[in-house]
Amino acid sequence: MLKLPIYLDNNATTQVDPRVFEAMTPYFLEAYGNAASKSHPFGWKSEEAVDYAREQIAALIGSSEKEIIFTSGATESNNLAIKGVFEMYASKGNHIITLSTEHKAVLDTCKHLEKMGAEITYLSVAEDGLISVDAIAAAIKPNTILVTVMYGNNELGVLQPIREIGALCKERGVLFHTDATQAVGKIPVDVLADHIDLMSFTAHKMYGPKGVGALYVRRKNPRVKVTAQMDGGGHERGMRSGTLNVPGIVGFGKACEIARLEMAEESARLMVMRDRLETELLKLEESYLNGNKEHRLPHTSNISFKYVEGEGLMMGIKDVAVSSGSACTSASLEPSYVLKSLGLDDELAHSSLRFGLGRFTTDAEIDYTIKLVSEAVNKLRDMSPLWEMFKEGIDLKSIEWSEH
Amino acid sequence: MAYSDKVVDHYTNPRNIGTLDKSKTNVGTGLVGAPECGDVMRLQIEVNHETGIIEDAKFKTFGCGSAIASSSLATEWLKGKSIDEALSIDNMEIVEELALPPVKIHCSVLAEDAIRSAINDYRAKNGLEPIESEKTHF
Repeated sequence: MLKLPIYLDNNATTQVDPRVFEAMTPYFLEAYGNAASKSHPFGWKSEEAVDYAREQIAALIGSSEKEIIFTSGATESNNLAIKGVFEMYASKGNHIITLSTEHKAVLDTCKHLEKMGAEITYLSVAEDGLISVDAIAAAIKPNTILVTVMYGNNELGVLQPIREIGALCKERGVLFHTDATQAVGKIPVDVLADHIDLMSFTAHKMYGPKGVGALYVRRKNPRVKVTAQMDGGGHERGMRSGTLNVPGIVGFGKACEIARLEMAEESARLMVMRDRLETELLKLEESYLNGNKEHRLPHTSNISFKYVEGEGLMMGIKDVAVSSGSACTSASLEPSYVLKSLGLDDELAHSSLRFGLGRFTTDAEIDYTIKLVSEAVNKLRDMSPLWEMFKEGIDLKSIEWSEH
Repeated sequence: MAYSDKVVDHYTNPRNIGTLDKSKTNVGTGLVGAPECGDVMRLQIEVNHETGIIEDAKFKTFGCGSAIASSSLATEWLKGKSIDEALSIDNMEIVEELALPPVKIHCSVLAEDAIRSAINDYRAKNGLEPIESEKTHF
């Protein structure tokens, strides 16, 4: 029996895995000690739980447990990494390289630093959403201190050539940070093989709880340090003060352990379902896949249905929760800057839907989604003046549209 | 943001979708909005030359649910009205009827623009001066 509504917005957040929830529960009512309390068993028990979670998390990304700094989530991790490097390495330079398709937590942090005297290069991506290593190499200057490039894009799912960028940065002596929020737990990520110096990731995108994330900070070759952005008790090797969220961290650890053990099977299963959904929806006339088809996350698909507006379409498929690049979903009336960065017409950006499959997605849900989306697209095209013009062979670019 | 029942009703059962023959002298066509803004409305009226009454109205809209509902409602209101009565339809009446939230007011403005544009097209075809809008929208 199909249960409605269907959740296909797993790039926004995920359901907590019941196994994660179960692991967390004792740390609310029984083992509630402060992990920094060194003088009694309540504190020891919490500290032990945090240490164990640190090992589970480190095992997933191939790091040492000492390199994990707990934060409140990936937004904080991105802030700490970028602002922290800018302050710590001020004597070496002030230039940071990033992409125009990064998450706002990176872009707005960079904009903030520009006001503090940083020089930021925002590189444009190709039509498929990818950046070339050569473009980054060409942007590196003697005063470059940091390259920050996201691992997997939240809207498109495209995977940047992280390992090559990491190798380039290592060779040129520039620190490399990656926002791996969408990638960790979904595909194999290895900070050593990828030459990553700093990496942001979070629990709630991989079936863990909201409100807990981590920043990986490399300790060897080179030893990386970031200036703390909050003053306080000097927790997390002095880089992030604040009492540790013990239940959240325990859940984060469990989520990482499950991801490590089940990732191969899970990503293969999701890819089959995603590809089926995508193949069926791309059979609709004038529908286009956004982003590179090959280099991307296994569970994400971003499709534009031309001549249909995204928010109107979401209303037609109200039993399926997805996201749209349409302006109407935001107060700004601007369509997705990520889709615009690909050189997409605003019109195609307005017509996009992002499908994010997850651990609990079923085949029956995909069948239902294919049917519902196809019906809604056809219905809305029947009432779209643009579709009628397209069918009559009128070039929409030849019309003088009234702005409003 | 949840939609009002009336928006949902117009979206689910849109009234008067379709196309009138725009080459006829008694048909006025208004096409407003722009694809890159995410809203395009085409509203058409068929006027009885003798009586000056709008006897039919059709629409097609590319846009969100509120834009579709605003144009659907406009066609419903236009039918049976004289041109003067049609010109007096105010976007705030559409906002009220559909309970549109502030971020969707522009959908109602677009519907009002579409009505005026269709009427002016009809007037132009019949050798009449266009009617200037008295309102300035922000």
